[in-house]
Amino acid sequence: MTPLLSVQGITKRYGAHIGCADVSFDLYPGEVMGIVGESGSGKSTLLNCMAGHLRPDAGSVVFDTRGHGPRDTVTMSEPERRMLGRTDWAFVHQHARDGLRMGVSAGGNVGERLMAVGARHYGDIRDKAVDWLERVEIDASRVDDRPTTFSGGMQQRLQIARNLVTGPRLVFMDEPTGGLDVSVQARLLDLLRGLVRDMGLSAIIVTHDLAVVRLLADRLMVMKDGHVVENGLTDQVLDDPQHAYTQLLVSSVLQV
Amino acid sequence: MIDLSNVSKTFTLHNQGSAVIEVLSDVSLTVASGECVALTGASGAGKSTLMRMIYGNYCAQSGAIRVGRVDLVQSEPREIIRLRREVLGYVSQFLRVVPRVPTLDVVAEPLRAVGVGSDEARTRAKELLTQLNIPERLWSLSPTTFSGGEQQRVNIARGFAHPYPAMLLDEPTASLDAANREVVLSLIEAAKARGAAIIGIFHDEAARARVCDREIDVSRFTPGMSSSSEAVGHCNESAA
Repeated sequence: MTPLLSVQGITKRYGAHIGCADVSFDLYPGEVMGIVGESGSGKSTLLNCMAGHLRPDAGSVVFDTRGHGPRDTVTMSEPERRMLGRTDWAFVHQHARDGLRMGVSAGGNVGERLMAVGARHYGDIRDKAVDWLERVEIDASRVDDRPTTFSGGMQQRLQIARNLVTGPRLVFMDEPTGGLDVSVQARLLDLLRGLVRDMGLSAIIVTHDLAVVRLLADRLMVMKDGHVVENGLTDQVLDDPQHAYTQLLVSSVLQV
Repeated sequence: MIDLSNVSKTFTLHNQGSAVIEVLSDVSLTVASGECVALTGASGAGKSTLMRMIYGNYCAQSGAIRVGRVDLVQSEPREIIRLRREVLGYVSQFLRVVPRVPTLDVVAEPLRAVGVGSDEARTRAKELLTQLNIPERLWSLSPTTFSGGEQQRVNIARGFAHPYPAMLLDEPTASLDAANREVVLSLIEAAKARGAAIIGIFHDEAARARVCDREIDVSRFTPGMSSSSEAVGHCNESAA
């Protein structure tokens, strides 16, 4: 089987400081991978290098495109990479405001991404937007309201609808449940799990919350000081950690 | 169906003076289809550890753990996940679920994961919940608020929803009353009859005698404690 995403030797430095160093892995269709580590461990840098938001100093990010097979997205042209970002890739930001257009209605936020890939029929776009709002449990009566009138949890669900409406194959998520109430988090996690299963999505989720990766991720990568110190099956890494840092991380979680 | 050869397990506690605890060494055992084998031994002998290793939850330092055609010691995460989805079931002692998911969906999920349609999966889930005496009024609620015994029965219903060719059962009859214990034992007998290879931990001796064909005393694989801090092999290359 061809990996959906093959990351080789990704390195990013900020001057003398290492963002992330020599990270390599393959992600297969339908796999959900978590990346954990404390803040400053390089997990967000890595995610942004993979998603094309940052240019790595070294390494390749090969994506199995629909039309042309495996392509290195680091060296492809900017318009091509943007097209990927609108079609096969999605990026869910921690702060919904970074991923939404706050001055545009909820329906417009979802419809905009459809229009970017060529949808033109207003009725179809609106129907699809309403359908997606309902899938993320936002009442259809809110379709014309701006996200500024939404709660934090609703904004996050709207961001997810906007991202998934074009049927991406790979979703990057940066702390998707960060900053939300625990009860809202649980609902969002259940929603994400259902969408991942039903749409057969692959996803890479950066978080510092071990409970989130346990529920969402099949496999886990643990980062410290820009390096991957351990990776493997999620429950195995959490229940039988091998590296000193992972053992410390797992044993530091407060029991509820 | 389940075949272990020369499996060993040590825990290295890096943050506690790098203490090395040898838990199991040189475990070899085979369980055929249609057979149920009990793991026995005193508390701390390593029964649950061995079971978790067969599930891929704990990694082995050496040896081979084959379930069907997959060696869990060598496999990639996606191969183990596929094995767990299709071939290898595990009823743990504790239910771990996404909060706020209704009981019916919790039980139906393993069937949905192998591609069974929503209605068919729910029908099977209803049968199992009825069989295990979970009142219908609870089906639409999350099991997180249920009593210990109810949670255990939901866990069992979930574990028996898909007809796995291999199953691991960790104390499946603990905290159950006589009627429900009987239901669980008959589920195990039915699984054996359809050809499942089963490994179980049963403190309930009568239950063990009824469903198990053989017993394996895990304490014969237990080495003495060691305090050496020699480097041990890692579960994966990037940690080495």
